[in-house]
Amino acid sequence: MLKILYFAGLREALGQSSEQLALPGGMGTVGQLHAHLAARGGAWEALAKTKNLRIAVNQQMAAMDAPLNDGDEVAFFPPVTGG
Amino acid sequence: MKVSVQTEDFDLDVECAALTHGRKDIGALASFVGLVRDANDGAGIARMTLEHYPGMTEKSLAEIVEQARGRWDVLDATVIHRVGELKPGDNIVLVVVASAHRGDAFAACEFIMDFLKTRAPFWKKEETPEGGRWVDARESDDVAAEKWKGR
Repeated sequence: MLKILYFAGLREALGQSSEQLALPGGMGTVGQLHAHLAARGGAWEALAKTKNLRIAVNQQMAAMDAPLNDGDEVAFFPPVTGG
Repeated sequence: MKVSVQTEDFDLDVECAALTHGRKDIGALASFVGLVRDANDGAGIARMTLEHYPGMTEKSLAEIVEQARGRWDVLDATVIHRVGELKPGDNIVLVVVASAHRGDAFAACEFIMDFLKTRAPFWKKEETPEGGRWVDARESDDVAAEKWKGR
């Protein structure tokens, strides 16, 4: 299982802050997971439309080509605006 | 080193005193305090909500402090970032760096803020007369963080 988290404007657009997802076969990278989620259509297109979407795997910033493993925590969020 | 993500307010004097307490090797304390403004991008701000990524936020701040320690002579440092609902005039963020000399303290303090702004997973949502809006990331913040690469 993957734990997937959404934050800020993306969380609001999707109407949820987290979900558990069984790692589908053939889904080896963050980019493949991203495409899989965005393909749900409707509100999920926000994943593809968010400008400069940021990704973290196991709480470390990651790129679309980062590998995924069962049990990973994957977070999608817009660019950060703290401070 | 102290890193804290909290809803409660902080006190600059208390945090500075905690860093210097009982030691005589500190010659410089540089501090930065960020506050909530009452206007942004042409709109009045009634209040704002700070969201963060619990767990990653603390790790990210600790890593940024470690990077600063690797670059400058930092004797100790404190980073506090508030989350939750804040109103204009409220404190948001505090960075205090203790060093032997001012050059290291100033540079490390600015570095920590520049990296916090672009790396630490916090998001601001402002309440304006037209409703709520998520703050857009500023290109100037990326430029500020990038400038450290060449130093």
